[in-house]
Amino acid sequence: MIDLEPVARPDAPLARRNPVAKLAAALLFAVPLLATLDPVAPAIAIAIELAVLPLFGVRYRVLFRRAWPLLAAAGGVLVTLVLFAADRSGRVLLDAGPVVVTSTVLLTALGLVLRLFAVALPGVIVFATTDPTDLADALVQNARAPARFAIGALAAFRLLPLLGQEWQTIVMARRARGVEAGRNPVAKLRLFVSTAFTLLVGAIRRGTRLAVAMDARGFDAGVPRTVARRQHFGAADWLLVVAATALAVAALGVSVALGTFRPLIG
Amino acid sequence: MRLRGFGWRHAGRRAWAVRGVDLRVRRGERVLLLGPSGAGKSTLLAALAGLLPEDSGEQEGTIEIDGRPPAETRERVGIVFQDPQSQLVMARSGDDVAFGLENRGVPAAQIWPRVDEALHRVGFPYHRDRPTAALSGGEQQRLALAGVLALRPDLLLLDEPTANLDPAGADLVRAAISRAVDGDTTLILVEHRVADALALVDRVVVLDAGGGVRVDGPPEAVFAAHGDALAADGVWVPGRQIPPRRATTGPGEVLLTADRLGQPPRLAATDLAVRAGAALAVLGPNGAGKSTLAVLLGGLLKPGTGRLVASADLAGADARTPPHRWRAPALARRIGSVFQDPEHQFVTGTVYDELALGPRRTGATEPAVRRRVDELLHRLRLDRLAGANPYTLSGGEARRLSVATALATAPRLLICDEPTFGQDRRTWRELVDLFAELRDAGHALVAVTHDAEFVAALADQTLTLTRHPAPEPPPSTTPAAGSTAGQPTDAWPSAAQPEAAGSPETLPPPAFPPAGYR
Repeated sequence: MIDLEPVARPDAPLARRNPVAKLAAALLFAVPLLATLDPVAPAIAIAIELAVLPLFGVRYRVLFRRAWPLLAAAGGVLVTLVLFAADRSGRVLLDAGPVVVTSTVLLTALGLVLRLFAVALPGVIVFATTDPTDLADALVQNARAPARFAIGALAAFRLLPLLGQEWQTIVMARRARGVEAGRNPVAKLRLFVSTAFTLLVGAIRRGTRLAVAMDARGFDAGVPRTVARRQHFGAADWLLVVAATALAVAALGVSVALGTFRPLIG
Repeated sequence: MRLRGFGWRHAGRRAWAVRGVDLRVRRGERVLLLGPSGAGKSTLLAALAGLLPEDSGEQEGTIEIDGRPPAETRERVGIVFQDPQSQLVMARSGDDVAFGLENRGVPAAQIWPRVDEALHRVGFPYHRDRPTAALSGGEQQRLALAGVLALRPDLLLLDEPTANLDPAGADLVRAAISRAVDGDTTLILVEHRVADALALVDRVVVLDAGGGVRVDGPPEAVFAAHGDALAADGVWVPGRQIPPRRATTGPGEVLLTADRLGQPPRLAATDLAVRAGAALAVLGPNGAGKSTLAVLLGGLLKPGTGRLVASADLAGADARTPPHRWRAPALARRIGSVFQDPEHQFVTGTVYDELALGPRRTGATEPAVRRRVDELLHRLRLDRLAGANPYTLSGGEARRLSVATALATAPRLLICDEPTFGQDRRTWRELVDLFAELRDAGHALVAVTHDAEFVAALADQTLTLTRHPAPEPPPSTTPAAGSTAGQPTDAWPSAAQPEAAGSPETLPPPAFPPAGYR
């Protein structure tokens, strides 16, 4: 089940910031980290992220629950590198036939895993603390995103949880007709494709109906839209963006100063 | 509003959706628009709302609102559709009402007062921050109405606004409509159940299936002069009772026993017995778990609590396993399920193959399959459609096909979820007759329904589910399962209240007979 609701205390000092500011801050903080392959800069970044978490009103337990797919991804990275890494220099830690685990392999893997966390966590934090409606409003009002796109995406987003229920219903409806794949993998695949097709037909019909209902209430009227919920982008929001950039630069700076900086290119 | 010879054909279709309509409606009139399914009522409403773009089809004749084409009067027209899920846009109720006001460029300072006023007019019971996902179907529909009323339309179009709702929710929506419409607002309402809608209108217009307006006038005059002809055509003419089809024999042996069957949080533990030769109606408000009970009884879902036991007679070789673990072809031969949305169940490209699928899967020979399919096609008036794609059928045709597909394997037990929903009177009668025949031939029938007339016409027993699971009753008041010889009278008292419905006085009191009927 996809959990779409924000989980933060809405009155936390940073959770209250403008959604566009939070999004920009997350991007400006995470993207520079992509420049290096070393484990030090992302480790510092993660430390910073965990340190500011209470300011966003998110409890560590909640973050952990949200971020568990990242742990799975990290495991995947580790296994892949251990099996396929090209650079197997350094001290040999384990020699099991074709698999040779060396200190370099583990260091590279550690760097990648930390990078994964450092880059993904800001996004997790932003979406955990932001109401989708507020984000769409702010994108339209502060980032000049087209309303047709932002509000349209928001409306479609609301229909997503329905798809899961719809899938279950279609599968049951087919079983009632005597249609079931059993253990045959080919039959399973064919049934999956045809169920997905039925789901798609239904989703398109529902989407079309929603689009008609939206246009019937003037979504395509062409007059300039007014806004019922004003989103402010103030000094505190600018400060958040600037601080995020500064912290990212600082993390990279420490890495350079310690001599561990390994540029991605060159 | 004025239509002269109006017609519309959707791009890519050979037949006209609506044709030859001449109609004048004055400001402040309240019109009930009737017609058999496929007469083009919804298309006409869409045209009035300016929702048929020029490039999406072909127009004939003229259509004008205050002398201008509907595309130019869009901001003066509001429309509410049938399905609440696909008309709500925002996550919070108030934001949804504000959505239309924002689109029309209403100054920000006026938006929230107008939102609150509209919510008040429809009797919306919550604060405007209430998540739209947490509303019941009737509340969502009232919210959709508020979203349209906030725009202060001169012409209000309602396309079966109560069709998806339970009787209590539908009553509240109708009350909201009658409160919200003032003398200056013109109302055009499409509604199958005429009796329920009569209080809202002062004029009835009946479209003809072959095109044009068939009858037009005040409700009493229309129904007095044309009542019989309209009823024969499938219009729900008020005051015309359909003779009930009571069981000709008493109920037979128990086929299926539910023992504290439940699916928390959707369905509280329920006891019941399904008997051969009897029709059981499952009633209750939206959200009480009726559809969940239907799929549990249909062997389509693993029970969350309790168990479901099939008799040896029904289970055949699988007497030791519960129905949800039977192989699908075996299940289809024993228990047929008809879902609320027929399209969920269609798996082939033609009506013929759709009907042949079940018999083929259960191992019938090709000549036997052909005989069975031809018989069903004829019985349910689908002969001419044997080669058609199931997805192109009208609502009534799709419903008849979905019932026919479940019958194709001749299951002993048939479970239907809202089988009569949205059907015209003719299809409705055919379904009742068909179900009655099945029952009298010894089949068992379970129908989940909001339709009080359907219950009155067919049901031998009713089971009413309530929305909130009640606390556990003390053990002494709960008879052991089976001690009442399988009659569903030993249910958890407040979560499920079954009643034997042999006579009208034991039928559930609310909305029966519906107001205005008789």
